[in-house]
Amino acid sequence: MGYTLIEKILMHNTGKTSIKPGDIVTVDADRVMIHDIFIPFVAEKFEEMGFTKIWDPDKAVLIYDHLVPASQVDDTRHFHIGDGFAAKYGLKNVHRSDGICHQLMTEAGYVKPGNVVFGTDSHTTTYGCVGAFSTGIGYTEMASILGTGKLWIRVPETIRVNVNGKLPENVTSKDIILTLIGDLGADGATYKSLEFAGDTFDNMSVASRMTISNMTVEAGAKCGLFSPDEKTAAYCGIELNDFQKDLRGDEDAVYSRVINYRAEDFVPVMACPSQVDKIRPVSELEGIDIDQVFIGSCTNGRLEDLHAAASVLKGRHIAPFTKLIVTPASRKIYKEAADDGTLKILSEAGAIITHPGCGLCCGRTGGILTDGERVVATNNRNFLGRMGTSKVEIYLASPVTAANCALAGKIINP
Amino acid sequence: MEKFKGKVWVLGDDIDTDIIIPTEYLALKTIDDMKPYAFSPLRPELAGKIQPGDIIVAGKNFGCGSSREQAPEVIKALGIRAVIARSYARIFFRNSINNGLLLIENNDLCGDIKEGDEIEVTVGENILYNGKKYEISSLPENLLEILSAGGLVNAMRRLNGLD
Repeated sequence: MGYTLIEKILMHNTGKTSIKPGDIVTVDADRVMIHDIFIPFVAEKFEEMGFTKIWDPDKAVLIYDHLVPASQVDDTRHFHIGDGFAAKYGLKNVHRSDGICHQLMTEAGYVKPGNVVFGTDSHTTTYGCVGAFSTGIGYTEMASILGTGKLWIRVPETIRVNVNGKLPENVTSKDIILTLIGDLGADGATYKSLEFAGDTFDNMSVASRMTISNMTVEAGAKCGLFSPDEKTAAYCGIELNDFQKDLRGDEDAVYSRVINYRAEDFVPVMACPSQVDKIRPVSELEGIDIDQVFIGSCTNGRLEDLHAAASVLKGRHIAPFTKLIVTPASRKIYKEAADDGTLKILSEAGAIITHPGCGLCCGRTGGILTDGERVVATNNRNFLGRMGTSKVEIYLASPVTAANCALAGKIINP
Repeated sequence: MEKFKGKVWVLGDDIDTDIIIPTEYLALKTIDDMKPYAFSPLRPELAGKIQPGDIIVAGKNFGCGSSREQAPEVIKALGIRAVIARSYARIFFRNSINNGLLLIENNDLCGDIKEGDEIEVTVGENILYNGKKYEISSLPENLLEILSAGGLVNAMRRLNGLD
């Protein structure tokens, strides 16, 4: 009998010779990630539970990103508690201002194909881009994993998504995942694994796959997995072993649903206020005035995203009264974009370029909007009140669409 | 089986965690500090009106969005006895169990009920409203164990021989 990608990862982790959706299994975590917002709660629960040591300190990563740099005095408390916790329990993998957690986990080599990874953030699904099972949990469960190294998991059903063909010009992986979320609905993949396959994905960069895995949680998915290939191996700096090479859904694997798309059928789309599954073609939204554009986040703040924006904005200037805020996802990306001239192009076009971090995406640091204002943003959520007051309208789009909107000062089809 | 009555607050589909407790209040020091801001993007008056023992009835995908555990914690801190929804997002579901917040799945109640009405819940069996019985199912055994310990913290304290 054949197995899906998630089933193969869970069998390998647990040593079981067979597995099926609905089984409750206990897995060993290969890596865990905690970010600054939740570290005080993790630390408190960990000690309240009676643990005196971390099961394997080298497998834990602590990343300050949501509150960096601090915008309120109380934010600093999170760094002090985090530093104290790290010192007390011998946690060495601490990133204090290197970028967004989901970028760093793969970029800094913490996650490899076939790993089982948990993080205190819903977008932990991102590492599915390299074929790792990674998913978000709360801080109480994180505290228990730090103590035991283990977590119970219900083996999920799998929805297979096949995309084949060549994407039209100015259509990106962001348009694929937004379209899929629109078709599935915001709860269409709840508790399920999404498994992506087809030559469109084979021809895509790991960075573009990251955008897709990142947003699978917006359809409720437990994870969003790609089979590791040569690009994955190069990105991770490894050679794939036999287990990793076999991480693909078998021909006779059992899927709860199979969805097929032709790449040529995709068009630039946006998620309209204020639901992630309210998807419409950009061509139907043209002419709507906007106040701000945000290009960044763990969804679309990578070098190729900045390049896409720069290719639209080179030698031109954004519309008056429109603010363009660009946030590279990590220090490494920031430096690469500085070295190759991308930041100069963006700056000359009128962009405000910020430090790497999560602040804008979750309305926590900078770029706050008010009643009646509209923003076109490349991040992953357009919920009520996410980027300012509850009467801000957030439209989610790809970097190329967002950059075009910044030039026009209104929504425009790229 | 455990039985309780409560007054109902009715919410819609896709009540996300940013609605339940917005990010800007997550760094407040305690859950009690966050209580006044619960549901504020959608219904700013709601947190001030909820009384201990009240019940939330909602549509599908309740708790979608972020992994913030403050979402079930703030609902529990407001004194909500149980949430009854058509379905739940997975992280919110785990977080609720781990914090001892009772979640019940029922597909029909939210279509029939009027805000402010009273219902009677018999855990693991049914909900009584307006003379009609709505069937509900029981939770899997491993989750009942965590709930019966009073949440995951207590379950781990037992593991570490503290209680």
